[in-house]
Amino acid sequence: MSVELLNFIETVLNGLMSGVMYSLVALGFVLIFKASGVFNFAQGVFALFAALTLVGYQTGQVPFAHVINELFGTNYHNWYASMPNFLAIILTIITMIALAWIVERLVLKHLVNQDPIILFMATIGLAFALEGVGDLMWGSDVKVLDVGIPSGGSVWLEEATIGLAAEGSDYYGMYIDVLNVWATVVAVILVITLALFSQYTKTGRALRAVADDHQAALSVGISLRTIWILVWAISGFIAMVAGIMWGTESGVQFSLSLIALKALPVLILGGFTSIPGAIIGGLLIGVGEKLAEIYIGGYFETGALENWFAYVMALVFLLFRPQGLFGDKIIERV
Amino acid sequence: MDDINITKNNTADDLLIVNNIEVVYSHVILVLKGVSLKVKKGGITALLGGNGAGKSTTLKSISNLLASERGEVTKGSVTFSDEYIHDLDPAQLVKKGVIQVMEGRHCFEHLTVEENLLTGAYTRSNSREVKEDLERVYNYFPRLRERRSSLAGYTSGGEQQMIAIGRALMAHPTMILLDEPSMGLAPQLVKQIFEIVAEINKKEGVTILLAEQNTNIALQYAEYAYILENGRVVMEGTAESMRDNEDVKEFYLGISGEGRQSFKDVKQYRRRKRWL
Repeated sequence: MSVELLNFIETVLNGLMSGVMYSLVALGFVLIFKASGVFNFAQGVFALFAALTLVGYQTGQVPFAHVINELFGTNYHNWYASMPNFLAIILTIITMIALAWIVERLVLKHLVNQDPIILFMATIGLAFALEGVGDLMWGSDVKVLDVGIPSGGSVWLEEATIGLAAEGSDYYGMYIDVLNVWATVVAVILVITLALFSQYTKTGRALRAVADDHQAALSVGISLRTIWILVWAISGFIAMVAGIMWGTESGVQFSLSLIALKALPVLILGGFTSIPGAIIGGLLIGVGEKLAEIYIGGYFETGALENWFAYVMALVFLLFRPQGLFGDKIIERV
Repeated sequence: MDDINITKNNTADDLLIVNNIEVVYSHVILVLKGVSLKVKKGGITALLGGNGAGKSTTLKSISNLLASERGEVTKGSVTFSDEYIHDLDPAQLVKKGVIQVMEGRHCFEHLTVEENLLTGAYTRSNSREVKEDLERVYNYFPRLRERRSSLAGYTSGGEQQMIAIGRALMAHPTMILLDEPSMGLAPQLVKQIFEIVAEINKKEGVTILLAEQNTNIALQYAEYAYILENGRVVMEGTAESMRDNEDVKEFYLGISGEGRQSFKDVKQYRRRKRWL
């Protein structure tokens, strides 16, 4: 195999892996959009908040420590030195469920049947509010998140591929971050679980019913509020998974909330209402980005093609297929 | 307009009593201006009237689907088997046995026919009973059994109406609020649907409150009827008395005293003043 071909394969693989990360974020968007018709701008902040909370529990930080210390002149920082990862994750999940409940109570309940734009604005407000709460609760310093997921280059793959290149050529094997492999495995498990849940359980069926027709769901006695809390909790959970992956890669910092913006082109590509769309859209964007960076990035003096190429792809899609690849199947009766 | 005082002489066989309700949409639009009616247990009661008369709003204020359309009952009360129900949410009402079949069918398009029916049993937990009920619904609507695994979105209008009624039946209701089952269906199909509704009423003992524009067919199947106009009850009576009433004949059945005549010949000034 030629070195060019191997490089190409490596680029595609890396693109797919980073695409999975995008898919994870987009998945949270799609779930909420389908079930409650809300484009949840706060999804990125959810990921940030989940990651912050996880680190907070792990390291035994006292929530609102800064505020308490400032008000009462005390000096609290940590309750305990560390907590097992497993327990911390469980606690974070509970926190995200509580958050979903609070959001339903404080925001959604009062905005039932309002225009989508009003709900959208409300989620922007929610994003800022939650970012503020996250800051007050856990502090704004960059934190290291380690839940025991291995990261760094895969030595195995490097050794396995080094021999593939032609004899005597300058090739040192493929580089893939193990963290990304883990992210992929987790994402696959997550998606399969979600698919099984929504296809084969009573609650899953109710969830799909709500996504199809709110009014009718209400009329058969499905409580929209329960379903909404459930959906927001599930996407809170997905946000946590995304937060763990991104946080492990680049530390838990407040710019983490910007991954929400990366999910936008993914949604435009895949369609706002399709779970497979979110996944494939994410993969396409990931691969497209990496390929563009490697193969046409050289023509742009400014570089950093990777940062904006996704949006160009989204723009092209908007021109030719505005409903996205897997957008709502429009049922036409004959 | 003579206001009928419903609260007087309540009899035990009145399952649902709507007492002088007023409904306001978006805090400003007054839609129902004091509607009162009684529904007898085990019977079919019809709510007649033209577009915008307030039939659907009346049903929705009973089933409390109003809240999700920013409507609100501002006056009056609704009692179902001697219990106030106007502050219960739809889910609680379904558990109590009141379920609405909404106008325009509202099937879950991306769910299969069988899944649609099963969502009707959302509030129930005994899976064996649910299975039996599914079988019962299939017996009422054999057509649905044939199409059980196709997406509801791809079924015909008549089949969707069957799904909507079957879905309501899956909740094991004591009372079905049936909103305009004839909408957009061929006369043949309308008749078929009404036959099945009457059969369900008789065999299952389900009380039915039916809102219908098709006065002719509604009066064939109902025992008692109310006519709504402009958010008020303007007339009530047994179905027979309605069928024989000259005004009902002329305004709602399209038959004048001189028998059927072409609409061309009916001079506007000759038409009787409406009740309002």
